[in-house]
Amino acid sequence: MPRSTLLLILPLLTLAACARKPGQVVSGPEFQKSFQEALIEAKPGAVIELPEGKQDVTGTFSLTVDNVTIRGKGMDRTILSFKNQKTGSAGLLVTSNQFTIEDVGFEDTKGDGIKINGATGVTIRRVRTEWTGGPNEKNGSYGLYPVQCKDVLIEDSVVRGAADAGFYVGQSKNIIVRRNRAEGNVAGIEIENSEYADVYQNTATQNTGGILVFNLPDLPVKGGQFTRVFDNQVVNNNQDNFAPKGNMVATVPAGTGVIVMSTNHIEVFKNTIKNNQTTNVSILSYLTTGKPLNDKGYDPFTEAIYVHDNTIAGGGAAPVGPLATALVPAFGKPLPAILYDGVVDPSKLTKGHLPDDARICVQRNGDAAFANYDAAGGAKHMDRTMAHYDCALPALTAVTIPAGGPGSAGGQ
Amino acid sequence: MHGRWGGIALLFIGLTLLAGCSKKVRVFNDDDGFPDNLSAWGLFVGKAADLKPNEGVVPYDLNTPLFSDYATKRRFIWMPPGTAAAYRPDDVFDFPVGSILSKSFSYPGKGLIETRLLVRTKNGWFGLPYVWNASQTDATLQMAADPVRVNYNNVEFDYTIPNANQCKGCHEKAKTMVPLGPKARNLNRDLAYADGRANELAHWTQIGYLKGAPAIAQVPRAAVWNDASQSLDARAMAYLDVNCAHCHNPQGPANTSGLYLTYGQADPLRLGFSKVPVSAGKASGDLFYDVVAGHPEQSILVHRMESTEPKILMPELGRSLVHKEGVALIREWIRSKGRS
Repeated sequence: MPRSTLLLILPLLTLAACARKPGQVVSGPEFQKSFQEALIEAKPGAVIELPEGKQDVTGTFSLTVDNVTIRGKGMDRTILSFKNQKTGSAGLLVTSNQFTIEDVGFEDTKGDGIKINGATGVTIRRVRTEWTGGPNEKNGSYGLYPVQCKDVLIEDSVVRGAADAGFYVGQSKNIIVRRNRAEGNVAGIEIENSEYADVYQNTATQNTGGILVFNLPDLPVKGGQFTRVFDNQVVNNNQDNFAPKGNMVATVPAGTGVIVMSTNHIEVFKNTIKNNQTTNVSILSYLTTGKPLNDKGYDPFTEAIYVHDNTIAGGGAAPVGPLATALVPAFGKPLPAILYDGVVDPSKLTKGHLPDDARICVQRNGDAAFANYDAAGGAKHMDRTMAHYDCALPALTAVTIPAGGPGSAGGQ
Repeated sequence: MHGRWGGIALLFIGLTLLAGCSKKVRVFNDDDGFPDNLSAWGLFVGKAADLKPNEGVVPYDLNTPLFSDYATKRRFIWMPPGTAAAYRPDDVFDFPVGSILSKSFSYPGKGLIETRLLVRTKNGWFGLPYVWNASQTDATLQMAADPVRVNYNNVEFDYTIPNANQCKGCHEKAKTMVPLGPKARNLNRDLAYADGRANELAHWTQIGYLKGAPAIAQVPRAAVWNDASQSLDARAMAYLDVNCAHCHNPQGPANTSGLYLTYGQADPLRLGFSKVPVSAGKASGDLFYDVVAGHPEQSILVHRMESTEPKILMPELGRSLVHKEGVALIREWIRSKGRS
């Protein structure tokens, strides 16, 4: 062994003996540094345990190592407070695969809570991200934010106060979002430009809009489809919209339960959708928002939507926003519980009708009223006859996340 | 292992001794561990803070550099004897295993703050942030360094030293770590070397550091952002390329935004013109488009360049101050687009 190597190793051994254990995250002033160091030095398979207590942190954490688990002592017991954040945007930024985070609370991040970019295998379990001052335009955009990911499981988590979407899965594939609580966000749960998502047994309440399934233009991954929204409680989403102006969700009117926009193959069933005071269910095209559209690769039409067996009650009594209020003279209050803009792709019509497999079908939603308000035709052909939409589409298949992926490691 | 940090006296003495008797640049790799002290690499000779390059260590400069809070940056490159980088017209050169890129940040009155090494081992590129000690005798490897208080032109601010993960935040393409600066278009310029002025690419070729470069006239050249004799378009594109496109490209960390600012991008929508922001949140500043031709004051791009608030400011990393001159350039460029 050359002398230089010996000289290097000797003191390192000494240091290791007297300092904190490598990878150990400590509470208090050293929390930030010890956690970030643990994230940098983690080896695949590592479990980083976070101590109990409220930790004051000032910068973004980041993880780039595959197959790492971050585990706290509970979403209300291990709390990272970013109130004094000085640098970075998100609370935690992850760009590696097979990532799991459990039992941690993130508070008052300047930007997003936890952002996971381009990962395969994401598990978020019993995590809370919250802006503690309540709804405010200055809150961060997204609470839990996987984007361009594959095999995503988000369960038993809570997001409050996001100025865009609480739970936001964007440009991703193979997604399960279940048993979560979205409260006091602009959008509670948003599945955007994503395919194969199951959203179930969640509670979305006191948001501006409860659950949104969207496709938006100008993004690299488009053509989201195949999402099931079922067994959710979407109740009292009447929060005044507090998104900054220019944002897409700033156009969501307060009092919206479920929105399905410019996407295909969506099944909304067995949900309880109640007391959303603009409308409980809205099916529409991006074209109806009046936003500019310059993206030639974007399909703005909404097709193969099946809304059935939901319990829908109350709501529609105090509509806000230009679109909904414009409908009041025609429909009175409350507005019909299920509103469809009737915008269809002219190139797909045969004798004025969409092909059977691209239809909008609405069935067995109790006595919920329905209206097609014919946004494209200047409201000339409004249609309140639900029988015209009394059809069924094949049930979508359940999303499965591959074994060995997220969910198989830890905390079952 | 790349060691625990913290100035341990024994280690310090050991490495000082080592530096004293080492004449040549030394290569370390991730399998055996990177040294805790910058001096161990032997990149510089003489008084440490002078950054006097050792044999084979070559200074380089870029046509348009990344703005780094007005820090003075000195760049050097070294490659193992007998190896050379392979020329690429548009992308960063393909550097041989063993290559070391070194960039040192300093301020007048404060001296050297950090030296970032990018080293290529057989396993890929690694970013190593070395933080200078107060006496400016050496720098130590700190994977998650604390910010440093700096006074520049009577403005006090926290200079942020990126941690090892944040290096990847910018130096990443398709999830692989890469250098950013040493591209043909950025190196196609003259530099004063010890033996006279020369084009950097010609010099690299001459000393055997570059192979496959065409005649200089055939090499693309990025504009110098602050040289008013060059076209406004070219200067703005060069500036956006270096300051934004490391993330804002189809394979970069900001590819989710759909805003792509790489040199030569011709699609106005990709450059942000009349493009709606998607996930900017409050960073949009209540504005509706990334760029509005003719109206810098309505352009989110300018709004974010002018901010120093976390979450709003762009670039997200490595900037605490506003680059007033850079903002002025981009404002002028956007204004000019309203006149066409």
